[in-house]
Amino acid sequence: MRVALFITCFNDTLFPQVGIATTHVLERLGHTVIFPEAQTCCGQMHFNTGYQRETIPLVRHFVEVFGDAEVVVAPSASCVGMVRELYPTVAHLSGDEKLAARIAALLPRVYELSEFLVKRLNVSDVGAYFPHRVTYHPTCHSLRVLRLGDAPLRLLRAVKGIDLVEMPPAQAAECCGFGGTFAIKNADTSLAMLGDKMRSVLDTSAEVLCAADTSCLMHIGGGLHRLRAGVRTLHLAEILASTEASAETSSESTPEEA
Amino acid sequence: MATRETGGIRPLPAFPDTARVALANTQLRRNLGKATTTIRAKRANVVSELPDWEELREAGAAIKADVMRHLDRYLLQLEESVTRAGGHVHWARDAAEANAIITRLVRATGAERVVKVKSLTTDEIGLNEALRRVGIVAVETDLAELIIQLAGEKSSHILVPAIHKNRSEIRDLFRRTIAQGQELSDEPQQLTAAARRYLREQFLSAQVAISGANFGVAETGTVAVVESEGNGRMCLTLPRTLITVMGIEKIIPTFRDFEVFLQLLPRSSTGERMNPYTSLWTGVSPGDGPQAFHLVLLDNGRTQVLADEVGRQTLHCIRCSACLNICPVYARTGGHAYSSVYPGPIGAILTPQLLGLERAKTLPYASSLCGACYEVCPVKINIPAVLLHLRGEVTQRAGPLDPEGVVMRQLATIFASPKRYERAQRLGRRGQRLFVRDGTISRLPGMLAGWTRARDLGPIPQQTFREWWRQREPQGSQGPKGGA
Amino acid sequence: MAESAKDAILVRIRTALSGTSDARADAPAEAAAAAMPRAYRQQDARNQTEIVAELIDRLRDYKAHVDHVEPAALAEAIAHACAAYGIRRLVVPADVPAEWLPAGVEALRDDPPLTNAQLDESDGVLTGCAFAIAQTGTIMLDGGAQQGRRALSLVPDRHLCVVRADQVVGIVPEGISRLAAHPTRPITFISGPSATSDIELSRVEGVHGPRTLHVLLVVEG
Repeated sequence: MRVALFITCFNDTLFPQVGIATTHVLERLGHTVIFPEAQTCCGQMHFNTGYQRETIPLVRHFVEVFGDAEVVVAPSASCVGMVRELYPTVAHLSGDEKLAARIAALLPRVYELSEFLVKRLNVSDVGAYFPHRVTYHPTCHSLRVLRLGDAPLRLLRAVKGIDLVEMPPAQAAECCGFGGTFAIKNADTSLAMLGDKMRSVLDTSAEVLCAADTSCLMHIGGGLHRLRAGVRTLHLAEILASTEASAETSSESTPEEA
Repeated sequence: MATRETGGIRPLPAFPDTARVALANTQLRRNLGKATTTIRAKRANVVSELPDWEELREAGAAIKADVMRHLDRYLLQLEESVTRAGGHVHWARDAAEANAIITRLVRATGAERVVKVKSLTTDEIGLNEALRRVGIVAVETDLAELIIQLAGEKSSHILVPAIHKNRSEIRDLFRRTIAQGQELSDEPQQLTAAARRYLREQFLSAQVAISGANFGVAETGTVAVVESEGNGRMCLTLPRTLITVMGIEKIIPTFRDFEVFLQLLPRSSTGERMNPYTSLWTGVSPGDGPQAFHLVLLDNGRTQVLADEVGRQTLHCIRCSACLNICPVYARTGGHAYSSVYPGPIGAILTPQLLGLERAKTLPYASSLCGACYEVCPVKINIPAVLLHLRGEVTQRAGPLDPEGVVMRQLATIFASPKRYERAQRLGRRGQRLFVRDGTISRLPGMLAGWTRARDLGPIPQQTFREWWRQREPQGSQGPKGGA
Repeated sequence: MAESAKDAILVRIRTALSGTSDARADAPAEAAAAAMPRAYRQQDARNQTEIVAELIDRLRDYKAHVDHVEPAALAEAIAHACAAYGIRRLVVPADVPAEWLPAGVEALRDDPPLTNAQLDESDGVLTGCAFAIAQTGTIMLDGGAQQGRRALSLVPDRHLCVVRADQVVGIVPEGISRLAAHPTRPITFISGPSATSDIELSRVEGVHGPRTLHVLLVVEG
């Protein structure tokens, strides 16, 4: 397939290795990855903070860039969540029925990475190798908006050499406290939630925390790094891209020595 | 237009400030943590027992949506049914009017004391204070409400209002008030027995009772109160006069609809298959219970909520508190932080709509939008969607010179153009040099300082993804603009 | 003044709804009611034996006491329960059959109506019921045969309740549909003794209302 990669502004700027890993995984499975360079941002931060009209031009731009793609894949549950759940609302706000129609036609072709692999391609084993103890945080968008179900876990379980340990379901399912601008506007509450999430992660004795959203990983990983907890974060794509042949990607979603 | 404010026009305290204070209360954190974890598990358990839970939610949502769309018709039908059955119906535009009606009714009986069943609606209108001003004592008969009334405090949870108090505080309180001179340990059993003794005297001698209502059936005029302790049954049965205050949104169309809501409510609120006692009564029954029944229908801002097509679903709420118990924010800050009779996720959308957005504009932001509330709401209120809608209203009213708005609109312009976007990326990467120490950013200025208070940040990498893409050997096809 | 508040509120409602962009807003009530999605269970598919067994199970789960008796043994079971609880003065609705009443127990018939003090000073009350729901362990009283007025089963501290097997339905919709034949009666649902979890979330049973619930479940041989 020709897969149009929707990198997301967040990953593009702060976590390019996630895009690189995603590209490698898809190519390894025999697909052609194209990168529409005019893409920018899906508008989620604006929409969620209440600047909903301001996202209209961003939505138009997204549709311009990706409208003709065979399939669009993004390594971000939250951005795909924005597109699939809220783009119709933005179209309604704009009053532009043509835009609404183009969005409706595009949405079924937009996927988060793990659901693309498991549900669309029917693949769980992508030939990965990652001999480390890993725990998985199901982000709120993965869990409740996109309903990825166990797709990410199925992919992780198939990774050779992995020591996958799960957090207790009730703890895993609780929000980490990022919530976009929530982490800034309600910093204290965000930190209280972060504390409990870090505790759940540390209780697994995992070396690596994995998730389908680098935003949550930046938040949890940032806290773990501040605590010198000795736990690093990797996006799902980075683990899946890791093979016996390749060097494991050494950069991560948490800060490290320059 | 009549005011819909229940107490002045000052804005509520900002949630980030009240939350900060609450988060530091260690006893509250422990009690709340234990309570919410326990109830979450109980709820999940009894819900999983039902194979048709989703169908019940669907029905509940549809019935309530129908009620709101035809609210005027159903209210008129309710009035007719109640009147036919010997009850009296009164309409109150706002809190002041409701309090005036109720005060007049109580005074007409000559009673100086009334017994009360817990009712959020009566808290909303400040009924107890209004009665006290004219020398009428309202005795709260729910154990938790009694506790906080004796302590002179406010409730911190819809269902378990005294969750912030521990047993020895309660023992000391009782020793000072209702159990003077009695030997009393801090065992919950003994404390409850002391309350029972005190309240039994009240029940057996009370002439007037005031209650709220969980549901009011338009078709038959039947009113329902769902409870656990039995004080509801006492208040609804023994006194001669009963006054019930009901928000106009509490209507259900037919008697049959109980089959939906009496399944949804107990499992969602206390995590039980059924709560111990539910009372249904219609008007007046000769020889059985109160011989004078008054139903006060309350607007107090609900018609404003009704006018908003997106916000209207807020009125579907059946006050189960499932959203409070699942909310990661509420579970840590408790109810007082919301500065309102209605806290938690439902409070974050109901309070601003009832009081006016100007008074409560931080409440729609008191959420990380995790969506857990929507999942557990028995009537499928899309709380995240209403939160987003209210945030949109807040920013629209902030005006063009609001600093955050200026920045956000600038960013939107940048993001709308690939060239501007890429330039911003490069600028950010250059600008960060001031903040990077030993490969980490541990201190950010201004608004972003909140981030680095407790988290480190990785530096912006030296190469963006698109720069990497452009440099790579061409592999397979890569159209000039990608997706074209 | 009450009149104008009513008019004002109705006007507000109609104004609020006037902009509604929903076609169903104009649908007549009957059509809307007919279109309501009710895909939840309306009927319990199990047989009566299973249903009655579940009721017993749920009642015991709530710490209610249950005696499973044949019709001929009912009076004896009532007498036995009275002796076990030390009940000497027993409140009964006016239409409770004489055969139910144990010898040696003073029956306080509610005719003329007993005072609150008499109810409070009694040792217990004996009633029948309207229906029972197995799934939730709920007993429903509607003031019909052998139930009397609500205060009778509320004030005394022990409630002996006779439930016939044919009065037991499986699930809540079936119970509501039975009650719907007389919707304006004063109805009480009882699902175990009263309880509170208001003190540090420790569940304490028996606040107000009878602290002992004893069910006599009458099943034909």
